[in-house]
Amino acid sequence: MEGLAQRISQAMLGQEQATITILSTLLAVQDELGYLAKEAIELVAGFTDSTINDVWAVASFYPNFRFEPPCLHQVEVCWGASCHLVGAMPLMEAVMEACELESEGDREDGRLSLRFNTCLGACAHAPVIAIDHHLMGRQTPETARERIGGLLR
Amino acid sequence: MIQVVEEALAQHGAAATVSRVGCIGLCYAEPLLDVTLPGGPRVFYGNVTPAAAAEIIETHVVGGAPVERLAMGYIPGPDGVDSAGGIPETVASLDSHPLRAVETKIALRNAGNIDPGDIYQYVANGGYHALNRALTEMTPEETVEQVNASGLRGRGGAAFPTGTKWRFLAGSNAPVKYILCNCEEGDPGAFNDKAIVESDPHTLIEGILLAGYATGANAGYIFIRHGHDGPIDRAREALIQAKEIGLVGQDIMGSGFNFELEVALTGDSYVAGEESALMEAIEGSRAMPRFRPPFPAQFGLFGKPTNINNVKTLAYVPQIIANGGDWFASIGHEQSKGTVILCLTGDLKYTGMIEVPLGINLRDVLYEAAGGVPDGKSLKLIQSGGPLGGVLGADHVDVVLDFEVLRSAGAILGSGGIIAADEDTCVVDLTRALIAFCQYESCGKCFPCRMGMSHLLEVLERICRLEGTLEDLALMRKVGENMQAGSLCGHGQLGFNPVSSALRYFGDEFEAHIVGRTCPTGVCLKPKFSPALTRR
Ligand SMILES: Cc1cc2nc3c(=O)[nH]c(=O)nc-3n(C[C@H](O)[C@H](O)[C@H](O)COP(=O)(O)O)c2cc1C
Ligand code: SF4
Ligand code: FES
Repeated sequence: MEGLAQRISQAMLGQEQATITILSTLLAVQDELGYLAKEAIELVAGFTDSTINDVWAVASFYPNFRFEPPCLHQVEVCWGASCHLVGAMPLMEAVMEACELESEGDREDGRLSLRFNTCLGACAHAPVIAIDHHLMGRQTPETARERIGGLLR
Repeated sequence: MIQVVEEALAQHGAAATVSRVGCIGLCYAEPLLDVTLPGGPRVFYGNVTPAAAAEIIETHVVGGAPVERLAMGYIPGPDGVDSAGGIPETVASLDSHPLRAVETKIALRNAGNIDPGDIYQYVANGGYHALNRALTEMTPEETVEQVNASGLRGRGGAAFPTGTKWRFLAGSNAPVKYILCNCEEGDPGAFNDKAIVESDPHTLIEGILLAGYATGANAGYIFIRHGHDGPIDRAREALIQAKEIGLVGQDIMGSGFNFELEVALTGDSYVAGEESALMEAIEGSRAMPRFRPPFPAQFGLFGKPTNINNVKTLAYVPQIIANGGDWFASIGHEQSKGTVILCLTGDLKYTGMIEVPLGINLRDVLYEAAGGVPDGKSLKLIQSGGPLGGVLGADHVDVVLDFEVLRSAGAILGSGGIIAADEDTCVVDLTRALIAFCQYESCGKCFPCRMGMSHLLEVLERICRLEGTLEDLALMRKVGENMQAGSLCGHGQLGFNPVSSALRYFGDEFEAHIVGRTCPTGVCLKPKFSPALTRR
């Protein structure tokens, strides 16, 4: 646990911009750890001179924060309107099936986590998925199944 | 791809410069690669695979002959059209490409043409000359006056006159004032703000500096959603370069004008793009809108007078100052001056981003520039203005692009996202998907929106299951009226637009679901997924 606290402190202190806030600090910690450990909430409260309540209020508002250690891979599927119109629904179905998940969330074996994203910003290439933050456009259920299968093999 | 190109060049021992450029708008054909031989035209290749890239390097860069089979077009070299010599006849000028033929580029003039990571390329193309001009030849009042004369209106959604907004801030003599640049851009179907920051960040920085000078503000933030690393990295890199050569910071260009600028990040939240929620997020809190008054120009970020503008709005400013407000006002249509940057997505042959003069006919944009609907299908509707915008039936797309015209048609221009939907689209299902987004993104601060969105979604899901009743339509209208009247911010106030515009143009399709108990396109019979919860 010593190591964890140290990484959190480094992430908090390593912020380069001049304006340091609860949100900016939480984002920096999540970038470092891939999640917000319980210790992180306490350390961020101390670092930003606020209460644990204040920090939880911010952490619980933004759905990009997670509170469990990250899985090996992150899969995201866009369900924004541009993607919706050109096949996001069958794509989501195929992705969930390939991930062996019923909805958003983590696989129990920690191999991957799945998130639905409101817009991955590559709408001209719809429908879009992202694997470990690499965007992939014009996906079909088949291409997505194959890519995700590759992560689990 | 860049790696493949560099390896192939090294393998052939070819002396070539590889530039990463930003978005030229032809997204449908990405990834793009272009080759310019000394003094020659710039030849573009679309949908480039690693194998094709290797062939292009070998045949074109090393061998000197464009790969006819793969080339999609060229832009003439420095000597004009004649220098297209050496281009096979089957390769056309890129300017005759439907997506580019309609364009008038102001904010996007550099996008795709310069390396956004190199401030000197921006300067060499006239960059920071407008700032120099303002600082040396114009007073702050004259700068505001030029923007006012240009008729520029906000491109973030509300289309409020920018000059008027700047005057509010200029009128305050508080010692600390802020300029905020809104690049939250949560609208599904819109990516033009991110594209500008990625493709030409200095246009934006120059625009922010001009806004600061004009209004007497000395600090600012560029506000971007966490996770969009492209724009975040480019903006930060550009700021470092601008600081290094004294364009951001103290005593800019020796004029005595000071301006500090940094990038601020938000977590995932659509409502964080609303101006008062944005200030909450920069302060590090939950992105929940504030009560107004007081307005940002009196009590804004950290309690100081503040002006918020969209990326596109600010990206126009350098050219307005360089060429004069009257020049900008000469482009456009009635009260909608200048150009509009559209993101064309959905069921279109050429999807991408274009900058066109306001006043252009929407039909021409859809059918000519974007090549119409592919696969011989017909257009059913367009959805514009983001999730709080509306839909427009295909019979009604013969309108000019103009803020007022689109608003009265029930579909706002918003930030420029235009999503086309073909005949296979179910309007009820699309409306459900849009409201699912609005419900998911409601910040939860006020109940007309929080409850109203959930209520609308529940009813729409019922109609999609073919279990709706005619009373449901009246119920939705009632909920919509309450949301409009009782919500704190635009999210709830405008949140009924997707439903009202769909009912306006496609009421019979709702009735088919309710009375006929059938979904004419069959879409509603297929499985649907969306995140289960709204914000905690
Ligand atoms: C729910 C909601 C979301 C918004 N999101 C954005 C956004 O992502 N980007 C943006 O520029 N404006 C957004 N706006 C509009 C802003 O509140 C504000 O009007 C705009 O940034 C002002 O800039 P402009 O005058 O240059 O348009 C949003 C408004 C609402 C109500
Ligand atoms: S209208 Fe909706 S998004 Fe806006 S403050 Fe109220 S709950 Fe939040
Ligand atoms: S709507 Fe899917 S990437 Fe934007």
